[in-house]
Amino acid sequence: MYKITERTVLSEREIEFWIIAPRVAAKAQPGQFVILQVDQFGERIPLTVCETDEASGQIRVIFQVIGKSTAELKHLNAGDELQDVVGPLGKPTEIKNYGTVLVVGGGVGIAVLYPVIRGLKQAGNHVITILGAKTKDLVILREECAMYSDELILVTDDGSLGQKGLVTDAMKAVFAREEINQAWAIGPGIMMRYCTDVATKAEVPIYVSLNPIMIDGTGMCGCCRVLVNDQIKFACVDGPEFLGDQVDWDGFIQRMHQYHPEEEEAYQAYQEKQVQLNG
Amino acid sequence: MGKRSFNKTPMREQAPEVRQHNFKEVALGYNMEEGQLEAARCLQCKDAPCITHCPVMIDIPGFIRQIKLGNMAEASKILSRYTNLPAICGRVCPQEKQCEMVCRLGRSKKFEPVAIGKLERLVADWELDQPTDVTDVPKDKGKVAVIGAGPSGLTVAGDLAKIGYDVTIYEALQAPGGVLTYGIPEFRLPKRIVRKEIEQITEQGVKIETDAVVGKTITMDEIMHDFDACYIGVGAGTPNFLGIPGTNLNGVYSSSEYLTRINLMHGYEFPKYDTPVQQSKHVVVIGGGNVAMDSARSARRLGADTVTVIYRRSSEELPARVEEYQHSVQEGIQYSWLTNPVEYLSDEDGNLKGVKCIKMKLGEPDDSGRRRPEPIPGSEFTIKADTAIEAIGQGPNKVLLDTFPELNKNKWGYIDADEQTCATSVPGVFAGGDIVTGAATVILAMGAGKIAAKEIDQYVKSHHSMATV
Ligand SMILES: Cc1cc2nc3c(=O)[nH]c(=O)nc-3n(C[C@H](O)[C@H](O)[C@H](O)COP(=O)(O)OP(=O)(O)OC[C@H]3O[C@@H](n4cnc5c(N)ncnc54)[C@H](O)[C@@H]3O)c2cc1C
Ligand code: SF4
Ligand code: FES
Repeated sequence: MYKITERTVLSEREIEFWIIAPRVAAKAQPGQFVILQVDQFGERIPLTVCETDEASGQIRVIFQVIGKSTAELKHLNAGDELQDVVGPLGKPTEIKNYGTVLVVGGGVGIAVLYPVIRGLKQAGNHVITILGAKTKDLVILREECAMYSDELILVTDDGSLGQKGLVTDAMKAVFAREEINQAWAIGPGIMMRYCTDVATKAEVPIYVSLNPIMIDGTGMCGCCRVLVNDQIKFACVDGPEFLGDQVDWDGFIQRMHQYHPEEEEAYQAYQEKQVQLNG
Repeated sequence: MGKRSFNKTPMREQAPEVRQHNFKEVALGYNMEEGQLEAARCLQCKDAPCITHCPVMIDIPGFIRQIKLGNMAEASKILSRYTNLPAICGRVCPQEKQCEMVCRLGRSKKFEPVAIGKLERLVADWELDQPTDVTDVPKDKGKVAVIGAGPSGLTVAGDLAKIGYDVTIYEALQAPGGVLTYGIPEFRLPKRIVRKEIEQITEQGVKIETDAVVGKTITMDEIMHDFDACYIGVGAGTPNFLGIPGTNLNGVYSSSEYLTRINLMHGYEFPKYDTPVQQSKHVVVIGGGNVAMDSARSARRLGADTVTVIYRRSSEELPARVEEYQHSVQEGIQYSWLTNPVEYLSDEDGNLKGVKCIKMKLGEPDDSGRRRPEPIPGSEFTIKADTAIEAIGQGPNKVLLDTFPELNKNKWGYIDADEQTCATSVPGVFAGGDIVTGAATVILAMGAGKIAAKEIDQYVKSHHSMATV
């Protein structure tokens, strides 16, 4: 069992846990993730390891409530225990000194991006960060990202924080004035796809972090497959980071919708139960 | 004694009309009377051929004789000398290609062979209901790590614990059992049986650590440092895909994903369990092995109207256990022989709507001696389908291997280990089961485990004595 030691509400839909998982805490590197399972009935949920504290054997994860499993997770409190936390899974981000890097995070993708930003800064890069979301409250981890960024640009759809517009607009502006050696984009599929287009046009290589549906996370089921450079790759073991211009985006985005009807059913049944229980 | 019947004593089964709607076990087992009737058919051969065709050389006439005498405890004792997982092997071994294939009774035209597998199951199920007496052996001979809690790893661990080793199994998933837990479905191998057989192993003092992916959570360096020896039994768990156009459409699965959702994650009990499985109407399964049968029969049980297995050779070459094939036909599974898929067809939303296939004919024999299937030009046709499941084989599980380049591999990427000793290119590291042979059988994986346990014992003893010199 894995104990939750701290729970923080970051936004209306984003929650943060610190969990005791010493073996993961000792090994996790930027870009890697864990799979956790609340109890035997739950799904296996992949979440990025956002930060580790090796001394106390704890890991930090951030999740967005999107379906039944994450809704259930949201109801857990400090002191509660998870049945399983396994990891660190996936290949780590290739952290090295590239020179000047542009990193773009959208929505809950910011949680995935944060350890990458930290790693890149510590490796000596000049880090330009763009964070975007629908509205101010959803731009999470602002201060922490700022700590490891040489420049931080904030963007919201509604203009409630920073520039009004899309992260791609901000990217274009940076590309216009600065020589960028390597870029990252982490966020919703659509966002990563457009960021890839912008970076590719500017002839800057860009990494994206894919989060397809997963089960085992150890390369055993093929559920997380994506076409990269016309080859079948498993995001859980070959990724999650790939070069954006090599990803078959249509296929990737389509596969994300796979279990919609079934998941709707589970989520609704769960909400009805909550209503019955809590009035 | 009465005359031997020509046929095997039939085993009671759930009727096909009933069982195609549930996941309960199909074959219900012999009772004592049926078992003794069947045991009496055995000729008690000298130089029994069944023994030499059993991969772990079980004294088959020996245990059958004890059943006939009504002495189940003795029968069980004989079995336990050779196998750690008899309740599982009795259910899933391909007996018709092993012991029962050469049974002398079955050699005479009129008679079917003795139902050796069903008798093994009878004894094993009897034993599972008895209280276990564990003799507490001090664990002072050395420390051994076992990687992977499939049948191979479980066997090594059990055998070493019995003779005084301190054994820890590291398993990547949340539950032990390997394919027995995530692959083979409940209706063929109830998980209650798997759990009980595993309990008998943990009662020997074996520790099982789940959520431990070796190569990620724990490194091979740490294992080599902390233990006197280790055994790698990580299986052949990476699904292959044909890679034909449309492979990434919604509704196209590897059998591994389909069966993992159903078995490990209990998708058939959705929404009580959270992991969903697609609700399908028309299912196409590609392949002809046990995995294909398991996928097809699971799809049927989940309510599919039609389930069609397409196999590129003919029924004669079908690699699946005969019993599973027969059961599947009774359950209404259809077969399209000499057929190969060429493309998955998509609707407007990226969902599968059909599988385009081509007819095949058998040409000259290939390296394996089987006649090679060749496409017949112009014979394309389409099968309507919202779900397609590829059960075309697996490759080595690379998570560990990628982090351990010191280990020699063969040209297919499996671990190069000595068949006689399970030794690998790295001293103290042993390997066996599917990760050495490629996807094979439970009994072969278990057999390798038995060999490895003896060799690891030898290795650690000689090592320790060297250390003390
Ligand atoms: C659907 C299906 C049906 C089958 N039906 C039959 C049948 O009827 N009869 C028969 O004889 N055989 C059957 N087989 C084949 C049989 O199940 C296998 O040959 C056998 O299970 C192999 O055993 P193993 O111990 O080598 O590996 P596995 O059973 O594959 O176990 C390997 C274990 O290692 C774990 N692992 C992998 N990597 C790591 C890592 N890095 N760290 C920690 N743990 C790791 C895996 O999670 C797994 O639990 C079937 C197979 C399938 C898939
Ligand atoms: S070969 Fe058949 S008849 Fe002979 S001992 Fe074995 S099971 Fe009995
Ligand atoms: S999640 Fe199963 S192979 Fe990646």
